Amino acid sequence: MLQNVEKLAGGLQMSSMETTNLTIETFRKMFSAGKRFDGRGLLDLRPLDVNFEISNCAEGSARVRLGKTEVLVGVKMNLDSPYPDSPDKGNLMVSGDLLPLASPRFEQGPPKFEAIELPRLVDRAIRESGMIDLKKLVVKEGEKVWTVIIDIYPINDDGNLVDVSTIGAIAALKTAVIPGVTEEGNVDYKHRTKDPIPLSKETAPLSFTFYKLGDSIILDPTREEQEACDVRVTFGISKWNGQYMLNSCQKSGEEPFTSEELIKIMEILPKKYDELNEKLKKFF
Amino acid sequence: MADKLKRIDGRKSNELRPMTAKVGVVPNADGSAMFAFGNTIAIAAVYGPRLLHPQHMQNPATGILRCNYDLLSFSVNDRKKPGPSRRSQEISKMTEWALLPVLDLKEFPNTVIDVQIYIIQADAGTRTAGINAASLALAHAGIPMKNLVCSVAIGKQDKDIVTDLTKAEEDFEGGEGPTDFPLAKEANTNEFTLIQLDGKIPPERVKDVIEFANQACDEIYEVQKKALKEVVEQ
Repeated sequence: MLQNVEKLAGGLQMSSMETTNLTIETFRKMFSAGKRFDGRGLLDLRPLDVNFEISNCAEGSARVRLGKTEVLVGVKMNLDSPYPDSPDKGNLMVSGDLLPLASPRFEQGPPKFEAIELPRLVDRAIRESGMIDLKKLVVKEGEKVWTVIIDIYPINDDGNLVDVSTIGAIAALKTAVIPGVTEEGNVDYKHRTKDPIPLSKETAPLSFTFYKLGDSIILDPTREEQEACDVRVTFGISKWNGQYMLNSCQKSGEEPFTSEELIKIMEILPKKYDELNEKLKKFF
Repeated sequence: MADKLKRIDGRKSNELRPMTAKVGVVPNADGSAMFAFGNTIAIAAVYGPRLLHPQHMQNPATGILRCNYDLLSFSVNDRKKPGPSRRSQEISKMTEWALLPVLDLKEFPNTVIDVQIYIIQADAGTRTAGINAASLALAHAGIPMKNLVCSVAIGKQDKDIVTDLTKAEEDFEGGEGPTDFPLAKEANTNEFTLIQLDGKIPPERVKDVIEFANQACDEIYEVQKKALKEVVEQ
């Protein structure tokens, strides 16, 4: 019976691109009974896979798969002037694009809100966590610093892009090495040093996006589940000296979250952070 | 609560800056308002409901809300290049989502309500001042609303939670560093319509942040109501 519903809902999704009220109602009923089509619990993540060095011109790169969602992330580095308000720090830039290659929903042209928001959310989770020691990326204070550029490209969008992109970004950062510098002081990409980017050994941020449909809250939705949900809230979280720290947050979507829901999410977050970190240990 | 914390401007941890609100500041608009937290001044103007163009963007089931937030170029120390940035586009969208839950636009199919928000003088908390001004401007325009939206930025100074940070406080680098936690809620409810955060805060402190926000929003609500009453009495 359930399989039939899945086929029906899936079929409608594929042909029309718009989520039908029928699909939303089905998800609403299932979520409130604690069920999902793929048999996961509401807060369970899909199977994770991480590969490194997927593109050899990048200073560091990674491919992350969570279920059918797949994201490629590359790190490039440049020598630049520091920003006027931080002469003693290197620069961090996160950019990304929702390529039409990755989903029939993505279109060519100027970035839509979702494409603007994705790299900004990853940027804030990484920057505010202090994972990168930007002060160690200074070549000459006030004049020359390294810029770390993280580029995010989803290759297949089956939901939860922000959380998968954050994993991809930290994976690419962890394997990145600083390029060489010529005698004239230019970047020499062909002769890399063996120096990694100065990263905290203690912590790496992760992001968790909670999706809400009616009164139910789920993690790691498929694209179809994500489309049916009313609203989402993304949290960047890290851990220092055994203390969990929220580093970033953004609610996206029209519906509100109640204070009770937020407090409940605060109880879930540390557990999920530890659980995902445990899974990531297999890869780095 | 014992208050040992020293804030730069001598405020208590849960004390807002002096607020000013005025309705009807843009005569051309269907509704308008100014809202200030201390030195941060936002103005908002509402145009509509009016027919939405291009036609393919129209929604026959409901009117839509379109917000635009930006800084005037001279409102900050380093001149802001005019025109939308990624930051302003994100804040515009967040503002839209912060306001939508209190509106009922089903009676205005195929229309748009444009809310234009500009910051005249910036001293942190600009998006929250903008939301407060926009909420007032929508009420002034007579758009059906079930409630007002009140917005405030809660922050942290090292380990202390504080309400409504100034730029000087936001740039504070000591201890755990600065944290900015802008929130908006439907007045007198527990429904949060804007939730953003940058910085470092333990998850278990979020409860306290919500409490600070509730108290601040109660005060903001009173200021908003007073401003609306003044314009009705005129």
